[in-house]
Amino acid sequence: MRRPSARGAGYALLALLALSALAAASLLVGVGDLRDAEILAVSRVPRTLALILAGAGMAVAGVIMQLVAQNRFVEPSTAGTADSATLGMLLVTLLAPDAPVVVKMLAAAATALAGTALFLRVLRAMPLRERLTVPLVGIMLGGVVGAASTFIAYRTDMLQFLGTWQAGDVSTVLRGRYELLWLSAVLTFLAYAMADRITIAGLGRDASVNLGLDYRRVVALAIALVASITAVTIATAGTIPFVGLVVPNLVSLVAGDTLRRSLPLVAGAGAGLLLLCDVLGRLIRYPFEIPVGTVMGVVGGGLFLVLLLRRDAGRA
Amino acid sequence: MIETQDLTRRYGDTVVVDGVSLRLPARSFVSIIGANGAGKSSLLSMVSRLLPASAGRAFVDGLDVAATPGDVLARRLGILRQENGIAARVTIRDLVAFGRYPHAKGRLTAADRAHVADALAFLDLEPLADRFLDEVSGGQRQRAHIAMVLAQDTDCILLDEPLNNLDMRHAAGMMGLLRRAVDERGRTIVAVLHDINFASCYSDRIVAMRDGKVVAVGPPEEIVTEAVLREVYGIEVEVVLVRGYRTVFFYR
Ligand SMILES: Nc1ncnc2c1ncn2[C@@H]1O[C@H](COP(=O)(O)OP(=O)(O)OP(=O)(O)O)[C@@H](O)[C@H]1O
Ligand SMILES: [Mg+2]
Repeated sequence: MRRPSARGAGYALLALLALSALAAASLLVGVGDLRDAEILAVSRVPRTLALILAGAGMAVAGVIMQLVAQNRFVEPSTAGTADSATLGMLLVTLLAPDAPVVVKMLAAAATALAGTALFLRVLRAMPLRERLTVPLVGIMLGGVVGAASTFIAYRTDMLQFLGTWQAGDVSTVLRGRYELLWLSAVLTFLAYAMADRITIAGLGRDASVNLGLDYRRVVALAIALVASITAVTIATAGTIPFVGLVVPNLVSLVAGDTLRRSLPLVAGAGAGLLLLCDVLGRLIRYPFEIPVGTVMGVVGGGLFLVLLLRRDAGRA
Repeated sequence: MIETQDLTRRYGDTVVVDGVSLRLPARSFVSIIGANGAGKSSLLSMVSRLLPASAGRAFVDGLDVAATPGDVLARRLGILRQENGIAARVTIRDLVAFGRYPHAKGRLTAADRAHVADALAFLDLEPLADRFLDEVSGGQRQRAHIAMVLAQDTDCILLDEPLNNLDMRHAAGMMGLLRRAVDERGRTIVAVLHDINFASCYSDRIVAMRDGKVVAVGPPEEIVTEAVLREVYGIEVEVVLVRGYRTVFFYR
């Protein structure tokens, strides 16, 4: 059997090639004449970058969430994080409609953090933490928060805004409206700097304490990263489901969970998957577009089912 | 050296560790024995700061475990829990390398790598080193966790049932390894053991617990007797001398 690091390097190279091809496709596919440099600069390049940054960010957020919650089926949209971020966006838009998008993003990050912390608190209090009940709790929590958002949005005539945050869509991304996502790249690098600590946290509280980690601090920092990445993504591209679920599971199968090694793969695969889904969404009903969140829902859901069956078959 | 003063743990009204005061000298191998539920793991967990004490204090090398920063303690005390799930999918080599985290903080030097290689070799894990934890057997996983504790290279080592899941060869190998760590490298090792014969053959001292209390402490000659074992386990056993070691027959 070959060493996982060798295997990892091979997959990394493949992933890089696939990623470049997908990025090129994303630049080329669409309505409009490519000889028009303006279209490239104003729309295609920003859109492609947004997809790469959002996909990588959400996949990284997913793997961090899975390690911290010690459960393979959680990610920001099944842990209350995404719905809490959306609620934050809604509230700050109501209270301070003219605030710059960075401020709105920060508010969303704060509520996302609160929601995720609440989710983890509920988990710790749960006597039986079975594999599938954990994400169910998160989905329920997200449902409650989401219902609150819908209620508020309905009363304040904000349902349309709510829709743009809840559904992932990059077709309106233009130069000047996606740059916030670079923050997600910064956060991803921060996560990489914490890779060992997050992996150790994934080994559990006792292992962390034994190795001298301040477990609570590491978990708090990790979910702050997750919440911020989620908030940035929702503020610019809306909620993108499944990337954070499918990608970490796939990467874990081939390269394991030692983040120092696997995080670049997770980020790359997340970017690739989102690019793929968006290009598909642009092609299926050409010249019309299907939002990337919708395509992702179908593709990701399918992949997830396959993974679920495979994992269960492979394990006792 | 490990010391406890009146260490107590309660759950509601139930006292599971009841005012335990022990002084376990440095450079010795101490076994803790006792029936299921006697409070062995709870005692060890309090000494290793995994479980807060309800009352009393615990010291490792003179450091109060409740007041010493976690990373300082992590360079002096290594612990193995009774149960080690497969939380994250890491390779055995990575797991053992994490044992160096208290020293290396993620940047392994050549010396750190040597510790990791030694630990893998000591526990016969070299051929399995690049397998994921969820792709090996229970005993192999147990050995991986012990290798991690050894790679941590601490003066004091607390092991909760280190022989769990191990076959005869690896169990005897493990006890020999721990004994040498005490004799040759001056470690202080405390291990919870259910196999009284291993405890008898390898320990400098045995601590016998019942209902949260220490009922007897002493060298194997004093503890491995029909009277003490009757008190600790409530069964009749026969102690026979085999090659100079006190051995217990209790199988039927
Ligand atoms: N979280 C808990 N809540 C209530 N009681 C507990 C809890 N954890 C342990 N106990 C009780 O404390 C007592 C001591 O448990 P402990 O795990 O220390 O026993 P042990 O000597 O290690 O047993 P074993 O040989 O089975 O490992 C047991 O009676 C157990 O039921
Ligand atoms: Mg126990």
